[in-house]
This record gives sequence, structure tokens and C-alpha cells, in this order.
Amino acid sequence: MGKVEKVSLLSAKNKKLLKNPLGIENPVTVQVLGICSALAVTVKMKPAIVMAISVTVVVALSNMIISLIRKSIPGRIRIIVQLVVIATLVIIVDQFLKAFAFDVSKQLSVFVGLIITNCILMGRLEAFAMSSDPWPSFLDGIGNGAGYGLILIIVSFFREFLGSGTVLGYPVMEKLGVYNFGYEDNGMMILPPMALIILGLIIWFQRARNKSLIETS
Amino acid sequence: MKEFSNKYIIIYSLAMGVSVAILLSLTALLLQPRQEKNVEVEKKMNILSSINVPSEKSNAVQLYEKYIRDSYVINSEGKKFDGVDAFTVTLRAEQKKPLEEQYLPLFVAVDDNGDTLRIFPLEGKGLWGPIWGYISLKEDLSTIAGVTFDHKGETPGLGAEINTTEFESQFHDKKLFDNGAFVSVKVVKGGAGPGNLHEVDAISGGTVTSKALEKMLLDGLVKYEKYLSQKRK
Repeated sequence: MGKVEKVSLLSAKNKKLLKNPLGIENPVTVQVLGICSALAVTVKMKPAIVMAISVTVVVALSNMIISLIRKSIPGRIRIIVQLVVIATLVIIVDQFLKAFAFDVSKQLSVFVGLIITNCILMGRLEAFAMSSDPWPSFLDGIGNGAGYGLILIIVSFFREFLGSGTVLGYPVMEKLGVYNFGYEDNGMMILPPMALIILGLIIWFQRARNKSLIETS
Repeated sequence: MKEFSNKYIIIYSLAMGVSVAILLSLTALLLQPRQEKNVEVEKKMNILSSINVPSEKSNAVQLYEKYIRDSYVINSEGKKFDGVDAFTVTLRAEQKKPLEEQYLPLFVAVDDNGDTLRIFPLEGKGLWGPIWGYISLKEDLSTIAGVTFDHKGETPGLGAEINTTEFESQFHDKKLFDNGAFVSVKVVKGGAGPGNLHEVDAISGGTVTSKALEKMLLDGLVKYEKYLSQKRK
């Protein structure tokens, strides 16, 4: 199993656990996980930020919980146990959003529930939490959540700025007065394919700067 | 990895299931009042928006008390049902009943000019999920004072445009009746005829949602036709 290799790769220092997922081990751009939700919730920045926080909370806590009980989990049902932990946390997050951030929870609609199926979560639990102590697992969760969130926020910034002419709902383009010169918002940016294209550009940019990320076949 | 006995696995799963169930029930119970309040406030904001009263989360309940004077439930013959709260009627559940048994909610508002407006809730099927809205009629029960629409998940930039002011404001002063006959308002692809009182422009690229909205208006309001005709006389 690929597990052994991952462990030696991440067992260095705790700081690395936080930093690496933001760059060279980014779950979205390098491991190409969690793409589906990156398309769906990045039309506007606000839902993207809430989604980023939600995923970070869920992945950090589920990593820690699984790590705490990892020695008691029977190997044969470990995937089910992991899923139950993730699903429980996601439902709790969803309930909290409905109670305290109703507007955003409406915009995110089914995508909060779909955090359960986000590959980043199961990936971190299986590859890291099952074989690490609670504290490093928690940090690893925060790091990966933040790495996912960072990409979401970058993508949503461009989509909102170019697609709706606003940043976090503030009408930047209107204030700049560019509409007077015949500028129009690019409606394409609002559609899901543009999220993929922006994501592709980010991956391109990252690999151009860091040649070690380019796969050799 | 250590081997565990079947007995251990079964007990482990049971314990996990029970503890997770307790945890989730507690969370749901504790947060339920807040969530229901949110839904209620949103509904009040929607109703207010249909009579062109802008409201915020903080003042929606107050404004609702101020403008909405009465609400009741009628049947398709225009007769009132007693003891049913119009605010709590769920249209989606009503639409599954036979027409004669359906509860048709109706809200009565008085605007700043002292005119009486009647508000009718609507619910229908969009392209990807439910769409709904409120429509308010002026005293003649034919002229539209205002509308508000919303949707669960129509395509952003296309069908989702039904809840924008540009689309909604088109309905102002359109008429549901033509020489006493109920005609509703049509959502026309390619643009409404200039000066036509029974047509509005469809959303380009959002034809299915536009048509669904037209159907929602027709199906929803036709149930009130008898009531409206009786009152108009």
C-alpha cells in the first residue's frame, strides 16, 4: 500500500504539516482532490470562504478523532468508522450554518452535505490519521483544509471579480467606473467550466515555478 | 494491524452508532428553534418584498406586523377555512391533494398609501429544483403590484436570474384579467410585445426556467380564479 511512503514523507516536522499542503503538497493543485466542490462553490467569494472554513474544521477534527481512536478501530470496518466520523461532523457543521449563517447555507445548499464525499477527507484519514498521533493529525487537517481553502479563495476571487465585477460583494468595477468605457462583466466566468480553466492556470503557474512538481513519465 | 474478534466489531459498531445518534439528535434539538426562526424571517422578507417593502433580517418581523393586516386560507371555491394559519401552510404538500381539498393561503396587506394589496404564494418546478414566489395584486385584483421569486438551484447567470430586480420589476402593473377573463401573465421568449399588459420578457438562456415560472403563475393563480372573480364584481 502507498501508506508507508506517505508516512515517512510527512513525519518530519509539525510545521511542515501545516505549510506543505499550502504549496508543494496542495490537495487541490498537486494531488488534484476535491475538484468537484471547487467548481460549485466558487462563483462568489463569501460561500467559498465559508466552504473553506467548513472543510478545514471537518478535516482537522475528524483527523484528530480518528487518530485518538485509531488503535481501537477494527481494520475490517475502518472505512465505515471514518465515514461515520466525517458524516457526523459534516451534519453538525451543516446544522450550525443553518442556525447561524442561513444565507450562506442556502447558497452552499447541498455542497455542505457533499463535504462527506470530498476525497481530501478520506484521503487524510486513511493516509495520515490512521497512523499518526492526534496533534500532528490535527495540524495535518488544518494544513490540508487551508490548502484547499486557499485555492477555493483564489479561484472565487477571479470568478467573482471578472464575472460579477465585485469582490466579496463590494462593487469594485462599478466604483472604478469601467462600465462607462463599455466594459462588461464576463458572464462565462460564472459558469462551472471557467473554474476548471482557472484551476488549470493555477496548476500551470505553480509547476512552472516549481519544476519538481512536474511528473516524469 | 491487530486482529479483532467479530464480537468486538459488532459491539464497537453498535456503540459508535448509538453515541453518534445521541450526539446528532442533541445538536438538532438545540439548534432547531434558531433554524425555524431563520426560515420564518426569510418567508416574511419574501412576502414583504412582493409588496415592494424592502426589509432586513433585523426588521422583517416588525415590518411584517406593520404591513400585513390579515391572512386566511380559502378553498378553490373562494370559501374560507376556519382555524388554519395561512403562514404555516406548505404549498408543496397542498399541491399533492385534490384541488377541492387544497388550502389556498392569502395575505392581506395595507401599503403606505392606504391601498389594500392581496398577496398570493406560488410554488412550482424549475429546471433543477423547486421555484417559488409571492405575487401581490392591487385593489382591482387584476393589476400586479409586485412579485418576488426565488429558486433552490437554477443555473447561475441564466435561470437563477428570476430573483433579480430587473426580471421581477417587469411584472409591475401587468394585468391578470383581460375583459373579465383570466389570462395570467406570459413569459415570452424574444421579448414581450410593447405595451402588452399580459407579457414579460423571458430570460435569454433561461428558457426552461422562464417557462416553468409562467406555468407556476398560471397553475398557482388559476386556483384563486373563482375567489378573484367573485371579489371583482
